[in-house]
Parts: sequence; structure tokens; C-alpha cells
Amino acid sequence: MKILGIDTSSMAASVSVIEDDKLICEYTVNTKKTHSQKLMPMIENMLKMSDLKINEINAIAICVGPGSFTGLRIGMATAKAIAHVNNLPIIGVNSMEILAANMDLCDKKICSILDAQRNQVYTAKYKFEEGKLIEIESVDVIEIENLLKELSSNDDEWILVGEAVYKYKDMIKEIQNISIPAPSNNVTKASSLCSVAINKYNENKDVHDCYTINPMYIRKSQAEVQYEEKMKRLNNDR
Amino acid sequence: MKDIITLAIESSCDETSAAILKNGREVLSNIISTQIELHKKFGGVVPEVASRKHIENIDIVVQEALEEANVGFNDIDHIAVTYGPGLVGALLVGLSHAKALAYTLDIPLVGVNHIEGHVSANYIEHKELKPPFITLIVSGGHTHLVEVKDYGEYEILGKTRDDASGEAFDKIARAMNLGYPGGPIIDKLAKQGNKHAIEFPRAYLDDGYDFSFSGLKSSVLNYLNAKKMKKEDIVVEDVAASFQESVVEVLSTKAIKAASEKGYKTIALAGGVASNSALREKITQMAKEYEIDIKYPPLVLCTDNAAMIGCAGYYNFIKGKVSDMSLNAVPNLKINER
Ligand SMILES: [Zn+2]
Repeated sequence: MKILGIDTSSMAASVSVIEDDKLICEYTVNTKKTHSQKLMPMIENMLKMSDLKINEINAIAICVGPGSFTGLRIGMATAKAIAHVNNLPIIGVNSMEILAANMDLCDKKICSILDAQRNQVYTAKYKFEEGKLIEIESVDVIEIENLLKELSSNDDEWILVGEAVYKYKDMIKEIQNISIPAPSNNVTKASSLCSVAINKYNENKDVHDCYTINPMYIRKSQAEVQYEEKMKRLNNDR
Repeated sequence: MKDIITLAIESSCDETSAAILKNGREVLSNIISTQIELHKKFGGVVPEVASRKHIENIDIVVQEALEEANVGFNDIDHIAVTYGPGLVGALLVGLSHAKALAYTLDIPLVGVNHIEGHVSANYIEHKELKPPFITLIVSGGHTHLVEVKDYGEYEILGKTRDDASGEAFDKIARAMNLGYPGGPIIDKLAKQGNKHAIEFPRAYLDDGYDFSFSGLKSSVLNYLNAKKMKKEDIVVEDVAASFQESVVEVLSTKAIKAASEKGYKTIALAGGVASNSALREKITQMAKEYEIDIKYPPLVLCTDNAAMIGCAGYYNFIKGKVSDMSLNAVPNLKINER
């Protein structure tokens, strides 16, 4: 079975095809160029170079988020269209799982982070047990300071993985029980996305079609937050 | 000759729409999923909320368009999609979807200018309409007076220097707490009001083809404030009618002036405000004297819809103007730009 993986959740755009146990191709571009300009030419070029046709793909793996709202939707709209035309399953994988999968089989505990602005990060915690990725704590958005405080007061050894480690590296390097992986492992790679996806597919977990899959935003839109605050104030005044 | 089937997608603001057309002017389906209700509580379109709804809806809308037209993906000859102007996040949903559809189906992608779409709505309704003619494009985002020289060839004669005409309607409606969107509400109230009750200013701007609505807006707001200060009752219907009369009189006068000076016998109205009943009446009546024919699309084609995008896209397609996979959204795209 051939899976096309698409990740546009952060600045890096990454696409890949795996066939069962084999990585066929992967293309990652971590530049400021927009996903809208990058993504389709990347898929087009990668498949051409690999002598693959889009119609030979059997399933799509998509990063559902969290991440840049617009970026997520560019990847999602692309994945949905390919799946719609060829009636393919879409397997949803979150960006935190993808980063953790970059750390395949490591015996430390893994904490994935992605910048969420305003001194906050999207984060989730994982470990590998008997070769399998296990979620310890599910995706959330929290203050980076609170996360680091929590990890440093913990007895375990942690790997902190994700692009945001560079933004907060001065704070992180003070902490004894936290290590940071090599730069190539700090981006969400579509090959890791596909590895997680194939396991999920085999367990029939998070398998959707073009109508049922949607981005995982974690955060509400600013307008909704303000509206709810306003409503709360009005209710309190009453 | 073989029929050309177009699949069109539009997501530039708060409508998710997909349409199937045959040979550019025959609409086989035109599915519009509107988000108006969703944005009402915010008093206007919230871009992030709109984008989230677009991604939820896009495949449903495309599928409905195919089913209603009784057409399969393999019957489609090209994809047409709005790539600007509009809300960037909203545009990117439709554009990304359209690009991947075109790639997977191995058919050409045609990027369409949204304003060009509004103009093209007239081709769908009026089968005999051919360029050249004058078009007045009036909506929440635009107020343009344009010479249509050929399919896809435009020259802007004039545009608004501040607020778009539809925007002015929204702001006045908000000032009187009438709700959103303002255009249809004011149009309806104005029918019960006296359009000569209050003399609001008309901005003719030294007889050029440009428009300005900010002076009128301030004048209405000042009137409302003054009444409030004096604790006098405001006759909402009269304010609506008088304000609307000022807008449609300026729009009509300038459009007719452009047509007669440039020697055209047809003016086509386009955009959301083209559904305003006072504008339709006023300009049709004023144009009689000059023997100018006024055309406008039916209501469903005045709002944002994919059929109009498909029509504009068809003319681009047969002229060989196709796009590649790196096409990006252009939120400030002008009508004569590509
Ligand atoms: Zn429009």
C-alpha cells in the first residue's frame, strides 16, 4: 500500500510516499515561501522524480495540527481533493505525534513542542514502549515557562523536540534533564507522518474520508474568544 | 465541437460555492453554502471563522455540484477557481482544493479574478450580451466603473476613493442597529420611507468617474447624532431611503455618463449591491433618456457564487490563459491584473 503524506503545519512543508516498510521519496522545504506556492509543485516534482502517478496512491496521511491555521488548511484542502477524486482514506496524524516519531525507539520520554505565539507552545508527551509510540499526555497549549518548570521538577530524562526549541534554547540549556535532538529531527517530516499513519491505518484508528476529516486547531478564533468573554460579562452584569 | 465542462470553485469571503457549467454560459449546477448566519453575531465576516467553515464544507459543496449536474469528475475539462481579491485565508482553501483537483484529474487549472466573475454573471443571464460594454461593479468590497473591451479585457474608468458602496450600507445599518448585512435591510426599510425626507450630500468629485462615500457616511452619522442629542425621534425608514437615494443617484449618474461619453449602449450591473432594488430602478429609469440598455444578473448570481467564476474561467480557458501549480492567493488583486 502506498501512502502519500502531507504536512504543512509549521514553516516546513514536507511530503513523502512510503510503500509498506519502504520509504520511496521525501521532500522537505523549510523556507519562508508560502505553503500555497510550495506544496503542489513539491508533490508534482517528487512524484515525477519517483516515477509515480498520483493515481497509484492508495491512502493520504495528513497532519491535522496543531500548527499554523492557514498552513493546516492548505494541506488539508489539498489532501481532501486528492482523496475525493480517487475515493481514498485520509489518515489524520497530529503534529506532536510526528515530532515524537522522529525520535523513534529512544528510551527517554519525549515532549513535542511547536510555537503557539504569546509565549505559549502546543505540546504533548510520549514514550516508546516495546517499539510502539504511546501518548502520555494529549495535545494542549500552555505557557513555555510552565512546561519547562514541570519537566525540570520531574525525575525522568526528557527529549524536547520541535522547531520551538531554538526560540527558547537559552531557557532550555539551563535544565539538566532535558536534551534537544539534531536540527533535522526538529521539523515535522512527512516520512515520520507516514510511519505513524500506517500503524494507525492497520489499527483502523483516525481513518477518515474527505468529508469527515478536519484540522485540529486547539485554539478558538480570536473573534470567538472575545465574543464569549463579552457574553460572560453581560451575564455577570445581569 | 465537443462541449467544454467547467468545474468552478469560489471561497473568497463567506460563501463556499461550487458550480458546473457547459460551454461557459450554461449553468448545470451552482451550489452556494452561505455562512451569513454564522457571522451575524460578530456583526461582520470574521476571516478565521469563515476559513474554518470553508474547509469543512468544500468537499460537500463540490460533491453536490457534481451530483446536481449529473456529471462525474472524469467529464470535467478544466477547473476554474477564485484566487483574488478576497480574504487570504478563505481564498487559500478553495485555491488549494482546486489545484489538487486539477492535478489529480490531470486537467488545466484556471485562476479567476473574483471581480471578473461578478461581471461575467451577466453573460450567464443575458445570452446575447457580448463585449464591449460598460459595467458598474458594486459590492461590499468594490465600487468600480469599468469598460469591458473584450472577454477578459478591462479598463478601469473609476473607483471608490474610500468606502465601497456595500460597505457604506453596512456601516449605516450598524449605526442604526439594524443588523448585518446592511444592504438588503436598508433596501427593504427604504421602501416604506421618503427618499426626499433628508437631503444628504452627493459626491460627484469634479465630474470624474471616481466615487467617494465617506462624506455621505459622516453626514448620515452626524444627522443621527444630532437627533439623539436633541432627543428627537429618528424615522429609520426615511434615513434609509434618503441615504440609499444619495448612493444610487451618484452610481447611476456616473455609469450613464461613462456610457454616453464612451459611446456605449449597454451598462451591466455586477456585484452584491447590483441586487439593490432602488439602484436597478433608478439607473433603468435614468438610462431611458439616453437609450441605454441596463442589464443585471438575477439575485442568486449577484451574491458570491461559483457559476460566475466558472463563466469567467471558461473565457480565460479558451483563450489559453491557464495557471500552474504555484498559483497563490492575491488578496488585493485588481480587475485588470493577472
Ligand atoms: Zn463578491
